[in-house]
Amino acid sequence: MATETTRQRRELGAVALGIPLVLLAFIVFVVWVFPPLFELFWNGMEQLFNEHWLVSSSFLQHGFTAGVLIGFTAPVVGSYLVNRQMALIGEALAHTAFGGVAIGLFVGASIPVLNYPLLWALVVAAIAALGMQYIAVNTDGYADIPIAIMLTGGFAVGIAVISYGVVFSATVESYLFGDILFVPFENVQLMVGLTLLVGLVVGLTHKQLKFITFDREAARLARINVWLYDTLLIVLTALVVVAAMQILGAILVAGMLVIPVAAAMQVTNSFNRGMLISIVFGQIAVIGGILSSYYLGIATGPMIILVAIGIYLLAIVR
Amino acid sequence: MKTAIDIENVSFAYNEQPVIRNVSMTIESGDFLGLIGPNGSGKTTLLKIMLGLQLPDSGSVELFGTPANEFAEGTRLGYVSQHSTDADSMMRVTVREVVEMGRYPHAGLRRLTDKDHQIIDDALKTVEIEEYADRRISNLSGGQRQRAYIARALASEADLLALDEPTVGVDADVVDQFYELLTELNAEGITIVLIEHDIAKVSEYAETMACLDGELYEHSATSEFLKSGALERAFSSARAVSSRSVTRGD
Repeated sequence: MATETTRQRRELGAVALGIPLVLLAFIVFVVWVFPPLFELFWNGMEQLFNEHWLVSSSFLQHGFTAGVLIGFTAPVVGSYLVNRQMALIGEALAHTAFGGVAIGLFVGASIPVLNYPLLWALVVAAIAALGMQYIAVNTDGYADIPIAIMLTGGFAVGIAVISYGVVFSATVESYLFGDILFVPFENVQLMVGLTLLVGLVVGLTHKQLKFITFDREAARLARINVWLYDTLLIVLTALVVVAAMQILGAILVAGMLVIPVAAAMQVTNSFNRGMLISIVFGQIAVIGGILSSYYLGIATGPMIILVAIGIYLLAIVR
Repeated sequence: MKTAIDIENVSFAYNEQPVIRNVSMTIESGDFLGLIGPNGSGKTTLLKIMLGLQLPDSGSVELFGTPANEFAEGTRLGYVSQHSTDADSMMRVTVREVVEMGRYPHAGLRRLTDKDHQIIDDALKTVEIEEYADRRISNLSGGQRQRAYIARALASEADLLALDEPTVGVDADVVDQFYELLTELNAEGITIVLIEHDIAKVSEYAETMACLDGELYEHSATSEFLKSGALERAFSSARAVSSRSVTRGD
């Protein structure tokens, strides 16, 4: 394992001390500060749009908020993944997260205290992410082998658990295909927390993640702890995937990680600018997808992905 | 003079195929070493072992007096490799962003400062690619791209620069300019270790030369080296074994 300079160690130490404090601040924000802000914002929107049903339905308020958060986190993390040829890792993690949801629903049905499927998804996806990282480091083989194994394995676990237990198929479907009308407020809060976490971690480690993405060997030579940052990225991916799964569904999640980034790559030569543009594209896809899905009466998840692909095609032919 | 790299009795095998056998050599700080040898002679492997990117099976390696695998001052090392990576050709990243990476290990988790940006500008200027700073790295010619990687090493304030056949695919008329640049950097005190297939060219610029073919054939000042007959010995032994399967990992 490559060591880092003592100054960097000290910085990491400061970060380690800061983590509990920052997490505490996040929890305070998510639990006490965010709900009134949310109220305030949507009341304002209702006034602005004259009580239009699109902004006054609490389902859609939840959905829009969740979507905007996904439109930020997914392209940010996707920017690193795409350039590491790991575009499909999000898909694999989404499928294992689906397995986690199934386990959560199963356990939650008999033990109501544990009835938080999304938290189960988070835990299972994070474990799967670490497992994938372990396999990638400790075996030699093509990079898509662990991805294929996790993708099918996670799904197999999910379906096996569902077929064994008694689970409402509507609930299962909402995680499989995504359902914007099915985002309870506590899930919105969870997503705010995840978004803050992703934003903070990427804000701090963007330089290292970018360096390793571009030139692993040079990063190793500069004695950057490549293993640590690889692990960090894959865990971040798991968090983003779980957050995005509610809107897009396990099957479509990877699209949001990849397509806005691919479109942004067509219009700029700079990695940093590409990341910013991919966030803009992500927001257009989410908001455009939600609006068009309501005016056309088509499911939201697929519309978001189709709008994103539309942006990508425009970026190519431009 | 201080020692930059000191390796002793280093051996290394890929899948039980010996690539490097019992190599010992010392590279002084401020040296300009040309490392040559036939294909598959283990030059790249030896270079990676020197930099601590690869652990030898046996023997010891010291970088500036510290065992290479414990050497933590990564910013003192610069490496310009032979191949362009996938990300190199596909990733949208500008020349300036690549050179900025040289400052990242200095910056750690904090933002780049004005001083960092000044150093980056200076590095771009030194290798004369300021005008391409906002171009995509893959849109540069081979020679310009290698300059960008050297600029990255300069930005990290490396005092050891290792180059692995940097002039492969570079236009012949640019190669001399490239070597002039290396000579200037060397004159400023940067230690240079250069793997090069063009023996005539490298002997024009390098202060010392070494010849490797699994084992070290000769390591001496360039003028002595050319008289020593090491080249003939190394390259004729390579011809003798070329009927066998060539080891991988040149």
